[in-house]
Amino acid sequence: MSAPTATLPTLARVYRVRAGVELKEFFRQRESVVFTLMFPVILLVVFGAVLDYEIGGGVSFTQYFMAGVIAAGILGASLQNMAIGIATERSDGTLKHLAGTPMPKSAYFIGKIVQVFAVTVATVVILLLVGVLLYGIALPSGTDWLTFLWVAFLGSAACTLLGIAVSSLAKNGRSASATVTPFALVLQFISGVFFRFDQIPTWMQTIASVFPLKWMAQGLRSVFLPDVLAAQEPAGSWELGRVAIVLLVWVAVGLGLCVLTFRWRDRADG
Amino acid sequence: MTRSSAPPAPLDPDAAISVRGLVKRYGDRNAVDGLDLDIRRGEVFALLGPNGAGKTTTVEVLEGYRSRDGGDVQVLGVDPAQGGRRWKSDIGIVLQSGGGDSQLTCLELLTAQAAYYPDARDPAEVLELVGLTEKAGARGRSLSGGQRRRLDVALGIVGKPALLFLDEPTTGFDPEARRQFWSLIRSLRDLGTTMLLTTHYLDEAEELADRVGVITGGRLVEVAVPAALGGRGQAPAVVSWTEDGARRTEATATPTAFVATLAARFPGEVPDLAVARPTLEDVYLQMIGQSTPAETVAVAS
Repeated sequence: MSAPTATLPTLARVYRVRAGVELKEFFRQRESVVFTLMFPVILLVVFGAVLDYEIGGGVSFTQYFMAGVIAAGILGASLQNMAIGIATERSDGTLKHLAGTPMPKSAYFIGKIVQVFAVTVATVVILLLVGVLLYGIALPSGTDWLTFLWVAFLGSAACTLLGIAVSSLAKNGRSASATVTPFALVLQFISGVFFRFDQIPTWMQTIASVFPLKWMAQGLRSVFLPDVLAAQEPAGSWELGRVAIVLLVWVAVGLGLCVLTFRWRDRADG
Repeated sequence: MTRSSAPPAPLDPDAAISVRGLVKRYGDRNAVDGLDLDIRRGEVFALLGPNGAGKTTTVEVLEGYRSRDGGDVQVLGVDPAQGGRRWKSDIGIVLQSGGGDSQLTCLELLTAQAAYYPDARDPAEVLELVGLTEKAGARGRSLSGGQRRRLDVALGIVGKPALLFLDEPTTGFDPEARRQFWSLIRSLRDLGTTMLLTTHYLDEAEELADRVGVITGGRLVEVAVPAALGGRGQAPAVVSWTEDGARRTEATATPTAFVATLAARFPGEVPDLAVARPTLEDVYLQMIGQSTPAETVAVAS
């Protein structure tokens, strides 16, 4: 038995340890690095080369696509990454194992948040670098950076929480991947990532408006496109207030779902 | 349901584990049905029982993973349902599958795990103890099944637990790996660790356990030292030999005297002489074979 004088490790120490574990688990796994981190980069390279046309105001589609692909990158780093990663750890017993240790449970989520943050930053930085170097993307300026930060932050928070919640629905990592990946892909098609949102059928726009991705992409378009192009949006403006509200609502919904559905054990385990 | 209504003995405050009248229901079935158990500090206790007997459920209640529907439980003086970080620091759990499919190396996994505990063992020493020193730098997912299992044990003991739960720890081991594992368990016992072991291997229970408990139909039907389980110590010995080209056997309570008379009958060696007591497996199979149907009826009624 531990000596009565031995004190439990501080939260800060356990948080640091979990952050280290999560970073190593992600960046050492080739599949996750390629799938989550490089996939948006490959999309940018391919689409930038193929869809090389002007969308008006002297702006190339690649500039438009930049906003969408960053939104898709955030979605992958948060929702897809969490849903698949946590479902895997639940079905292989990692979560149950951790629940049997004195690790404070908050430390698991802190570790995941640090992982999402690191992957998101890495994805965005690589996308910006490739965009600027390969396709001469115009970087945001002035207060646009501020908009960039809050849209990315809120979108990432909402999608992380949703990913954690969705992980509880899946039987294991593979079934999570089989469900979430097509869902994310369809969402990307109808949310203004690959195509101009205003050219998508209205009913698809309506469906897309329920989910966070459309609002993330729209918020980021306000960052990457000149304000004259706001007239091309279906609403006729960037609707930044509405972007913030929808993403905040998703943060609240995601948090509620997490609290209601999170399980440390596999369902097959009773 | 009729049950003897003698007042239950109070929980034993000095025991590592003390259980009285534990009940766990799944739907309208009592998976655990009034189980009593005491495990002393420093003891190695093996819990045996067929699948579905309530073994895993019982252990998971003790580990704090599952809630219970009735009864009193104390593990290291604490109700597992209320066990906080401090209580978990004194407990080690080796699950049947404990993850380990990791990109981290063995040493990194153990170092991270050690950081959750107030008074952990040195990760390098733990690797030495489980015989994985050479794999310190190998990633968890690159290990073989047996190595992975040893890593699971290492993760279970790095926090220096006073009480260690081992759930079928040697399933899938080859005979040599099992021998190595047994000597690891013995060295942990020498360090004063209390262990609750569930296993399907009766030779393993006999080899390691100070006492064995047999669970069927959600109840502990017998607790004894392995040599005495099921009245095995008093069971007649079976003497067998070959005479006139045929195999002969004789069950006797006095095998020594019987062998002496045999020896007198034969001029030299008694051909193919063997004296056997029922093995733990013999008595165990007899116990679960006899008690399972009766208990099932009792539960269903």
